[in-house]
Amino acid sequence: MYIITENRKLKTIFVKQLPDNYWTEIIKPHGHIFDLKLKELWKYRDLIYLFVHRDFVAQYKQTILGPAWHFIQPLFTTIIFTVIFGKIAQLSTDGAPPFLFYMSGTVIWTYFSTVLTATSSTFTANTAIFGKVYFPRLVIPVANLFSKLIAFAIQFFFFLCFLGYFIWQGSDIQPNIWVLATPLLLLMMAALGFGLGITISAMTTRYRDLVVLVGFGVQLLMYASPIIYPLSTLPEEWRFWAGLNPVAPIVELFRYAYLGTGSTDLTMLGTSFLMISGILFVGIIMFNKVERTFMDTI
Amino acid sequence: MPSPVIQVENLSKYYRLGLIGGGTLREDFTRGVAKLRGQPNPLLKVDEQDHGNRKDGQIWALRDVNLEVNEGDILGIIGRNGAGKSTLLKILSKITSPTEGSIKIKGRIGSLLEVGTGFHPELTGRENIYLNGTILGMNRAEVSRKLEEIVDFSGISEFIDTPVKRYSSGMTVRLAFAVAAHLEPEILIVDEVLAVGDAMFQKKCIGKMSEVASRGRSVLFVSHNMASISRLCNRGVLIENGTVILDGTVDQCIERYLNQNAPRNHSGLWMRKNSDMKTTGNNDIEINSAVIWTEKKSPVYRIHYDQEFRLIFSYKKRYTPYQWTIFFRIIDSMGVTVFTSWSNDASSDFQVREQCEGRLECFLPSSLLRPGVYSITFGSSKLPARKVIESHDLALTFEIDEIGFKMNPGRWGVIMPLLEWVSHCKKS
Repeated sequence: MYIITENRKLKTIFVKQLPDNYWTEIIKPHGHIFDLKLKELWKYRDLIYLFVHRDFVAQYKQTILGPAWHFIQPLFTTIIFTVIFGKIAQLSTDGAPPFLFYMSGTVIWTYFSTVLTATSSTFTANTAIFGKVYFPRLVIPVANLFSKLIAFAIQFFFFLCFLGYFIWQGSDIQPNIWVLATPLLLLMMAALGFGLGITISAMTTRYRDLVVLVGFGVQLLMYASPIIYPLSTLPEEWRFWAGLNPVAPIVELFRYAYLGTGSTDLTMLGTSFLMISGILFVGIIMFNKVERTFMDTI
Repeated sequence: MPSPVIQVENLSKYYRLGLIGGGTLREDFTRGVAKLRGQPNPLLKVDEQDHGNRKDGQIWALRDVNLEVNEGDILGIIGRNGAGKSTLLKILSKITSPTEGSIKIKGRIGSLLEVGTGFHPELTGRENIYLNGTILGMNRAEVSRKLEEIVDFSGISEFIDTPVKRYSSGMTVRLAFAVAAHLEPEILIVDEVLAVGDAMFQKKCIGKMSEVASRGRSVLFVSHNMASISRLCNRGVLIENGTVILDGTVDQCIERYLNQNAPRNHSGLWMRKNSDMKTTGNNDIEINSAVIWTEKKSPVYRIHYDQEFRLIFSYKKRYTPYQWTIFFRIIDSMGVTVFTSWSNDASSDFQVREQCEGRLECFLPSSLLRPGVYSITFGSSKLPARKVIESHDLALTFEIDEIGFKMNPGRWGVIMPLLEWVSHCKKS
């Protein structure tokens, strides 16, 4: 015991005091809670690119159809929706051709749901790699955002093809100036999926229940959002509540832009925007907090 | 005056063990409510402030560690299992963050503990070089510049565009190591993980370390193999119970480690003490005693070279849903593991899952170990992952004396088996 104290004292006396700028890195117990380390993230942009590349290339290796799957999935979903909800259940589509109506909903919803599902398992799915090497943990969800965006681009392209075909066939569809808002809508969807995803991923390091919850939660949320029905078919008194769902105005506006049906309720969109910002904010704080110590609890 | 590249100041790391899982949501809620009302945490035990190394599933894995590493140092970090070596490395490489204190670093840290991290089986060798390289902190341009070198070094250039899943495990390791070796860090961290690879691989690791050091960079080397520590390092640090207890030359550290480490149990008998609850805290299987036994029918310390002996482990276990095994390692006075044996080596018939008390005996042949002093580390682990349940480091000591030893003592080798030779010759 004597030696230990002696040794420790000696050590503290002889430590050289060097200015902080001499060091390239200082590891401390707590970082700043809002410190996003965006600079560091930028430094690792090559890694983001490679993760996106990996996701895209590896996903369809040894499949016959390859990236065509990106397109087949939503196509079949749309066909099924058209048959079941359009033909059998005869839900209203506000006058739009049912096929395009369901496809527009599916395409933008798929982007949101895939981002959310992939992001929410950031910590649990990458334990092995996180446990061995450091890089900004945010690299993984950000890479997710882009690899799902590629899938979206493919699906969106096919949606446009079908749209063109229907117009050529003489359907009464009016794409309008709101088309220009597509990037904004996409950004909001991305931010929502990302924000919710990182919040959940931060919480799953302690409560594994959430992994299960995400699976059917996304399913339920789809039915709560105007994917298979237009908002206008809801009873008046429900519409307020449905509008609180931040996904609803995005899908509605997206549809309005390309099909000319749906609504352009800007207050709803504004509310949605605020909610998404809030979720993103909370998510980032939680992610930042968990990032530093999750290896100890996972 | 050498310039420091790492300065560790009052570094501490605190772990709570076994607090994850059932009931945490409720506990967290209770805790949160109390905090909001300004009350102390109701779930805290009364004397939880106690900072002994471990208490009720809590541990200070590191406590007030101060350390300075200078340019050109090859620092050997020595300590028992659970002393805090790996925690220190984990904090250094930013995998987890400290509870108190700070570390200041100058330059890029690269480590040979993450060989092959992030390899994706579906991608080709080339794609994996890029991926792995960037994970380790290079950018794509850097990798491109070194690509040819890396491929050459790995020696698998003709398979470089084949998916990694078609590689043999040896090829994968070679490729992974080639990437790690070309990282050119200012500070290199090497964990004893390199003991897993084959002899060739270990040699490459060690070669790389010497090369890095010869360029005036620094190496942090963690190992249980005192022979390689003393060969490679020019400075040593001995860690025990989370604190640095000696910072000096390699030889000082090794000597102190080997001495304090073997509380020389000369009785040939190890019994579990109640306070002996170290290691992981999961005690599905508890070894209660271990004995070195010969035909003399009593525990022995000294064994003749030509004498057979037995190791007898008595254990008590709860019901376990997994397969398990008891293992032991024989370690010579230089800290080199002579061999390891697992109770499931021969057959797994006796590994009952039910709760029971039992005994396992292992027979060791005569005329095998070189005369000298040996220690035994033993414990139990889960199968097939070999996750250690408990481990008792160097808990038993024995000596092989030269009685019955008829060979020329000058010969080389870690062991000295007496083998059978048969001669066949024809007069011509």
